[in-house]
Amino acid sequence: MTPFPFTAIVGQDEMKTAMILTAIDASIGGVLVFGDRGTGKSTAVRALAALLPPIEAVKGCPVNSARPEDCPDWAEVTTSEVETRPTPVVDLPLGVSEDRVTGALDIERALTRGEKAFQAGLLARANRGYLYIDEVNLLEDHIVDLLLDVAQSGENVVEREGMSIRHPARFVLVGSGNPEEGELRPQLLDRFGLSVEVTSPKEIETRVEVIRRRDAYETNHTAFMAEWQPQDAALRARILDARAALPHVRTSNVALHDCASVCLALGSDGLRGELTLLRTARALAALDGAAELTRAHIRQAAPMALRHRLRRDPLDDAGSTARVARQLAEVLP
Amino acid sequence: MTPYDDTSDTPGRPPPPTDPWSMVTLALTLMVVDPAGLRGLWLRGRSGPVRDRVMAGLAALSPRKLHPFMAEDALSGGMDLSATLATGELHHHAGLLERPGLLALTMAERCPPGLAVRLGQALDDDPTLSLLALDEAAEDGEGLPLALSDRLGLFLDLDGITYGESADLTLPLPMIAMAQARLARIAPGDAAPRLVRVAADLGITSLRAPLLAVACARAHAAWRGADAIDEADLQIAVALCYAHKALHFPEDAPEPQEAPPDPPQDQPEDGRDRDQSEFELPDEMLIDAARAALPPGLLAQLQAARLSRAAGANSGAGAMRKSMRRGRPMPSRAGKPGAGARVDVVATLRQAAPWQKMRRAMMPDRGDRLLLMPSDIRIKRYRDQTDRVLIFVVDASGSAAVARLAEAKGAVELMLAEAYSTRDHVALIAFRGHHAELCLPPSRSLVQTKRRLAGLPGGGATPLAHALQLALATADQARSHGMTPTLAFLTDGRGNIALDGRADRAQAALEATQFARAIAAKSIPALVIDTSLRPKPQLAELSAEMRATLIALPRADARSLQATLSAALGS
Repeated sequence: MTPFPFTAIVGQDEMKTAMILTAIDASIGGVLVFGDRGTGKSTAVRALAALLPPIEAVKGCPVNSARPEDCPDWAEVTTSEVETRPTPVVDLPLGVSEDRVTGALDIERALTRGEKAFQAGLLARANRGYLYIDEVNLLEDHIVDLLLDVAQSGENVVEREGMSIRHPARFVLVGSGNPEEGELRPQLLDRFGLSVEVTSPKEIETRVEVIRRRDAYETNHTAFMAEWQPQDAALRARILDARAALPHVRTSNVALHDCASVCLALGSDGLRGELTLLRTARALAALDGAAELTRAHIRQAAPMALRHRLRRDPLDDAGSTARVARQLAEVLP
Repeated sequence: MTPYDDTSDTPGRPPPPTDPWSMVTLALTLMVVDPAGLRGLWLRGRSGPVRDRVMAGLAALSPRKLHPFMAEDALSGGMDLSATLATGELHHHAGLLERPGLLALTMAERCPPGLAVRLGQALDDDPTLSLLALDEAAEDGEGLPLALSDRLGLFLDLDGITYGESADLTLPLPMIAMAQARLARIAPGDAAPRLVRVAADLGITSLRAPLLAVACARAHAAWRGADAIDEADLQIAVALCYAHKALHFPEDAPEPQEAPPDPPQDQPEDGRDRDQSEFELPDEMLIDAARAALPPGLLAQLQAARLSRAAGANSGAGAMRKSMRRGRPMPSRAGKPGAGARVDVVATLRQAAPWQKMRRAMMPDRGDRLLLMPSDIRIKRYRDQTDRVLIFVVDASGSAAVARLAEAKGAVELMLAEAYSTRDHVALIAFRGHHAELCLPPSRSLVQTKRRLAGLPGGGATPLAHALQLALATADQARSHGMTPTLAFLTDGRGNIALDGRADRAQAALEATQFARAIAAKSIPALVIDTSLRPKPQLAELSAEMRATLIALPRADARSLQATLSAALGS
């Protein structure tokens, strides 16, 4: 069944915006969606997969290389034909073994032909696309370590059984989870460019609308998709326009200064916060069709770019969203 | 013909089933009528003749059994080892999740979060799958993982049903097929808005719940042979889909710790909503249906399970945690099987595979079989690092209580903030007045902890003996869940209340000493922090009995407490 249309998701605007921004500029670096159960986190990710513009890749290339010369040797790609394929959105299931993530010796070929060959893993499939981890806070430590390493270097290196394999693994990490079931390690938290908090909508009318649309999607699929697919297509066109406009968005010194002072006031660790804030605000400007990055864009981008980078102060009762808002009001009046 | 014969006489008003066993039959029927909409059934009850009858009734659907410790390749398919080894060619076997149909998860209360999420994803992706979760929860605090309980539409509790009340169960498959054919034509009416409102009144925040309830009402309407959803369908839906998820009922609604969404009274004040004011009263009929469906006490039990699930305390698999069997996998090693070691078949095959052509050339008389050598065999190894749980036992009695409790709370939160790196869980027992109380079950969640710690009272007598008893029990329980407990006492050691609640200083001291010895006998590591201004010898004696480290820290604040604890625990 075709996934639920992205534009038909009721409310949850910050989550949707964050996902669209990563589609405009992949270097923003992923989205973490934390919130209650049954708020449409996984629905949104699956909808995003259908929304994303397709990519061009060499036919048969396991790492979705754009050009024949980028295909890794071990893949033994013979053709130089380029095909259009959907942007990969790869699920990383919780109980996954290390072999399946990184790839391993191809047992089939070893068994049947006595050859040593590499079988690509999930990281290869996610290259140039998205890697989605549901319940990311429950992920086992050794898999987290592995992901941190790859996300850092953009390259997957497998050294085992006498093989030495490397291939590019650049992907946008999307994680979702429920903070009541456990927190996320700060190192992993830091890898996500943006973080959003979703809650169950409080207005009855909104909730009724959610149920109505979902019910229509399930019971009257064809008509529902016919209604919403044009809107998804329009959004897809907007994403492509924004991608084209992104390099031309002017960034003034004032804007750079604004980004720096917000981060400084919040005491967010490292420069990654500043860079992400700038990129996010710029992608927002491109999405709005603005020619120049303005303070309004920075103000809108700051909560999602920074709320997970604050030093945790367990004795401060205010949530991180409130802390970002407080500082924003002071620094960027 | 329809299941309710009187439908023709009083259209839309068949008597809803009232006795528990017909509810069971109905729920199973509805699950089969619309597996795609309802996703499955959470069946709570011990294994026994009543449950056997249910399973016998479902046998016609040939459910595929899952158990909580199933490996990934059994679920999603993989290499068929025996066939591969026999023929020397690769054979695949289909995973349990790859074929449509009903899955039955036994011992669902033991289901680890990873598998729960995996099953949840499978249910989300594949509408042809449905799940029967057999929950045999016996103790408080056990229950289905949230990832599953949120997704499964129906709930049944078998515990109140005797064998005599049950009967042999046969699913009327032809009639079910007729209902299925009718499903798509059922008019929803106002089912969605009403079920959403009732969910809000019951404090159910997940949006999956109303969606599942709408599906349930529709399935019931189809089963009745009706064309539209009516009152009876909604009542059945509320009873089967909402009752167990309710956080509170409108009358007895002192806000629980998990804040439900604002009740519908908080509607925005525009005219349109005023006009609908009739809807803003709780939907009494439906809420009564939910209430009627719940055996007394069950809600509290489910809630306890939910909280402890949420706190991450119950995610473990029990005491059987050996390093050859579980934990963080390490690269397999060459070795000999036996003595509890498990052969890593895949690694062994991998080791052997590249040599096959060569070996065949060397041993042509062995035919096409896979040629394994003893040197190929690889043994699985795991490094088992059990989670540590730090149990704070805080004296909340007397005049200094308020400040001491506040500092202890601060220290708990600070320890927890550090717990990312050390993988610690934290629990808190406070004692005052006549007894000690487990204020915070072992948890790693800062969010949960903050909620639980807000508003702990202080003052009163010092039931030290009961505190020691509870600390011992909590530590024992943590051990049985595979964690390593450490006790940290914050007290001045002047116990004056005996176990039976009498103010008897001598008896209290005697009992305290007994439990201290028990703690030492079980070799539970302990740390005693003396918070009194002038330390007394009693506490030193008590901690010696416990074989605990004694630290005098008269004016402890949260940060110095945390620093002391971290240092003493060597983290």
